[in-house]
Amino acid sequence: MSVRPSDFPPPWSPDEAIAAPSDPVDERIDVGICIVGAGPAGLAAAIRLGQLMEEDPATAEQLGDVPVAVLEKGKAPGSHLLSGAVVNPRGLQRLFKGRKRLDEMPFAGHVEAESVLFLTRSKALRIPTPPTMVNDRNYIVSLSRFGRWLAEEAESAGATVLPETVAESLLVDAGRVVGVRTGDRGRGRRGEELSNFEPGSDIAARVTILAEGTQGHLTSAALSHFGMAGEHPQVWALGVKEVWRVAKPLDRVIHTMGWPLRAGRKYREFGGSFIYPVGDDMVTIGMVVGLDYRDASLSVHDLLQELKTHPRIRRILDGGERLQWGAKTIPEGGFVALPKRFSAPGLLLCGDGVGLVNVPALKGIHYAIESGRLAAEAAWRSFARGASQRTVLSSYDDALRESFVWDDLREVRNMRQAFGRGFYIGGALASMQTATKGRFPAGDSPTERDAEQQLFTTSRASSYPAPDGKLTFDKLSSVFASGNRTRDDQPNHIRIQRRVPRELAEMWAHMCPAQVYEVGEADGDGTVEVRLAPSNCVQCGAITAKGGRLTPPEGGSGPEYTVT
Amino acid sequence: MAKTLVFLEHHEGAVQKGSLGVLAKVDGAHGVVIGSGVRSIADGLGTLVWSADDERLEAPLPQPRVDVIAKLVADEGYDTVLFAQSVLAADIAAGLAARLGAGLNWGLIDFDGEKGRAPQLQDTVVVEVGWTSPVRLGIFRAGSLDAVALSGTSEVRDAAVELEDFSTLAEMVEQAHAEQQGPSIEDADVIVAGGRGLGQPENFSLAEELAKALGGAVAATRAVVDAGWYPYSAQVGQTGKTVAPKLYIALGISGAIQHKVGMQGSNTIVAINKDPNAPIFEFSDLGVVGDLHAIVPKLTELVRAKRGS
Amino acid sequence: MKIVVCVKAVPDASAGRRMDASSKRLNRSGELTLSDFDSYAVEEALQIGGETVVLSMGPERAVDALRKALAMGADRAVLVSSDDLAGSDLLGTASALAEAIAKEEPDLVLFGQQSADGGGACLWAAVAEKMRRPAISQVSELTVEDSSITGKRQTEFGYDTIRAPLPAIVAVSDAINTPRYPSLKGIMGAKKKPQETLGAAAVDPGTTVLELSPPPARGDSVKIEDDGSAAEKIVEFLAEKRLV
Repeated sequence: MSVRPSDFPPPWSPDEAIAAPSDPVDERIDVGICIVGAGPAGLAAAIRLGQLMEEDPATAEQLGDVPVAVLEKGKAPGSHLLSGAVVNPRGLQRLFKGRKRLDEMPFAGHVEAESVLFLTRSKALRIPTPPTMVNDRNYIVSLSRFGRWLAEEAESAGATVLPETVAESLLVDAGRVVGVRTGDRGRGRRGEELSNFEPGSDIAARVTILAEGTQGHLTSAALSHFGMAGEHPQVWALGVKEVWRVAKPLDRVIHTMGWPLRAGRKYREFGGSFIYPVGDDMVTIGMVVGLDYRDASLSVHDLLQELKTHPRIRRILDGGERLQWGAKTIPEGGFVALPKRFSAPGLLLCGDGVGLVNVPALKGIHYAIESGRLAAEAAWRSFARGASQRTVLSSYDDALRESFVWDDLREVRNMRQAFGRGFYIGGALASMQTATKGRFPAGDSPTERDAEQQLFTTSRASSYPAPDGKLTFDKLSSVFASGNRTRDDQPNHIRIQRRVPRELAEMWAHMCPAQVYEVGEADGDGTVEVRLAPSNCVQCGAITAKGGRLTPPEGGSGPEYTVT
Repeated sequence: MAKTLVFLEHHEGAVQKGSLGVLAKVDGAHGVVIGSGVRSIADGLGTLVWSADDERLEAPLPQPRVDVIAKLVADEGYDTVLFAQSVLAADIAAGLAARLGAGLNWGLIDFDGEKGRAPQLQDTVVVEVGWTSPVRLGIFRAGSLDAVALSGTSEVRDAAVELEDFSTLAEMVEQAHAEQQGPSIEDADVIVAGGRGLGQPENFSLAEELAKALGGAVAATRAVVDAGWYPYSAQVGQTGKTVAPKLYIALGISGAIQHKVGMQGSNTIVAINKDPNAPIFEFSDLGVVGDLHAIVPKLTELVRAKRGS
Repeated sequence: MKIVVCVKAVPDASAGRRMDASSKRLNRSGELTLSDFDSYAVEEALQIGGETVVLSMGPERAVDALRKALAMGADRAVLVSSDDLAGSDLLGTASALAEAIAKEEPDLVLFGQQSADGGGACLWAAVAEKMRRPAISQVSELTVEDSSITGKRQTEFGYDTIRAPLPAIVAVSDAINTPRYPSLKGIMGAKKKPQETLGAAAVDPGTTVLELSPPPARGDSVKIEDDGSAAEKIVEFLAEKRLV
């Protein structure tokens, strides 16, 4: 009997992340604008607000003592940022117009040349670069490193960045978002208060901007609570990547398709890999696979390890040393999965959290930055005298729809879904869409929820390479290489059903790049216990796509990325 | 030719093994024994040993010892003073460094009279260190030198005891006595650690019995602490405690890096695991592939017999 | 009661502590954070109450680490910083700190038990020597009376109880308390608390670093399979090493 993860929904409801303010007024923290997430979207918003405050000090006064607060759940800005990445500089140019030049920003390099390869087990065939993927004039970046720089810019511009701070619930009062509540710190495994227990606080803000990135915790609660979710469900891919020091510089940006993914329609294995030079002495290599895959034994981490054994790729890493590892999901629903609206009373939504990602082009960072910039402008206008907040905030929606973000996403809106029909048909459909700039096929192809895919099991796992500790690595040592040193003695932050059919438990165990899930004892009636090691979690979000729910653990937990 | 003085720490009438190792390491080094009623401890070490015997020196406190050693350096012209790592020795050495304006290198695993070697960054790199000051101070890492039994008559001389006013301000109210329970993980010379391979929480008794027989402490991996088999205070590893005992016995522990970084500085690592491919065998000194349930009880029995307890 | 807590800003573990090949010292060019061990000292000072001043010697960037202590509740921060001081060893650091402490005239000076990056340094003993005041280290329990302190000191042999008159220097162990998380209000208020930077004269270091090399191999590793005699073989192995 075939199992679907969605048949075993997690014990969780979006309402858990909606709350009324509870702190006494003198204990709450008042800020002008509260931004959740110190990623490119959130920091772009903070930087833009800093510019506006400088230009118009009178309005700036209205924002109070702490005009802009940026909450970051990671240990520091950049700790939870992970991407390829090749960035289209458009968003940055608009953000820093007249203030900073591109050559003053910490990019890792320029795209000098690029190749797209179709791989088989032993060969690599160069294929023409699909038009959507051309990266001319684009910059290579370590998003983690770039995020640290953006955070410094935001702080110089007057924002208060608060790391190790989780936004646990959205504060809603009389139908309006009035701020967020931060998470407690110092609870033990059973939720008990430890000796250094520090409760969270209510942060009151006139406008809250959610820039939480993929699987945004408050974002999904808001979409549900305010009825903003789009018609089509969001879908995700899981990316697992490593950063290596290499002996010889890589001269080009490489994308691969084909092996080790299987083209057959039944597998639904959509994705590929990227290999980018990061400066002269480092290379980043990652495997990205859509989470609508159906083989329970698929492990993206192990596919990455397998990928590295390909002769063409092994050569690139020869004589090198792995420096860092990480994993994160990418929203892939694109245009058709966008929310109906991006604003609500007191609330604006940006970036990956609402799925502003161009899947065929593998780009989302410049959209995050642009959406953050536009959100900042709308939030600012709400402080101008005489403005009705409701119309002002919804002007953000208009601005987003008139921006290049919207045009780009609409053009490529059906490409990802095409690949649900297998690699070759998908490829053909995608080409058609590119050639017609999205006009054909007309209409919007629906997305299918990742958790609703029926599972089956093959012997795929038998070809995962045994880790040799030099080229290929096991999951635990990879978690170590993410910088993860999460405090163990804290409550479990993963919501899943703990007794499920064996195949589902095994799927989770293979899926998770950080080895959080383990198949425990069978209980005689076809189900097994699911064992957890939550402190391994690097908060990639894959579980949320595949039948469970990731909630944010204590602030400061998770990976400490620096060069991803 | 260097003139070297070694601080000989003693406890309950005998010189500590670490100090003996340092004394034996350097040819022609002299020793100094400091305390009250300690002159006889200086016997049988085969070299010149200063005895600073004074009731004001009864309590094992560092600052008066700085006075004694500083005076010896000034009066006798020692240019090198060496210590074996201990809580007391480290305090004395640092105070002495400030008193004499002398360079202090610690964590030494080797010393040739001019240069020393010391591991750093959790033993991932070895640094060669030197001195530029006229007097050189060095602290040897615990267990870095072989425990040597010295012999031969000592030439014992009395050292003058002149103490600064501030050196005697701290006073011992109650001195430590032999521990009734075993040592804490941080202090233990021997640690027996249990992992998932123990099979069940009840089997931690195997680790406990062995630890008791060896006079050591019991530790646990994150996996078993997560599973509730043992308390978090016993957890050794990246997110638990870091230890570097003389002997670390790992029972049913796979040796994932999260655990390794918490104990890789141990002098001697013995691992028992039924999986021949367990990563722990890559960094253990003695690896035993076998069933710990069969091996450990027998091992405990043999240890008890050997120790005569 | 006025307490000075001496803290150190160390490279963040996550950034990867690495040796710098040219200076052969720890590469300190990355992010700096408050040494974990020092948090216990800051916490102890806050629990004792009174005025808490955090003092550190380091590059200008070290001020971020001081901010964490201010966020926990310390009242003031003093950074001793100057280009001359880079590459100072125990002697230079102790001198500079002692000088700065003297200006504050505290009742109590607290240190954490060891530096998270260098390990083993007992700076407090050197500082106590410079100040000519009593010092107690490895303190896992501290009681403060009017003009004296009593500390429970953890040694290899158990616990000593030692008393010393104030002003005194105490190095606390990580068993003494559980450091608090800074509250949000604390974090946001930290920036507004007084912070000053002092210079100090450099003192010639007494030590040098000559070479870096990879760690010695652990030595021959022996792996055996149990044929029924494993227990005996283990005892033999331990006996050879004089471990039993």
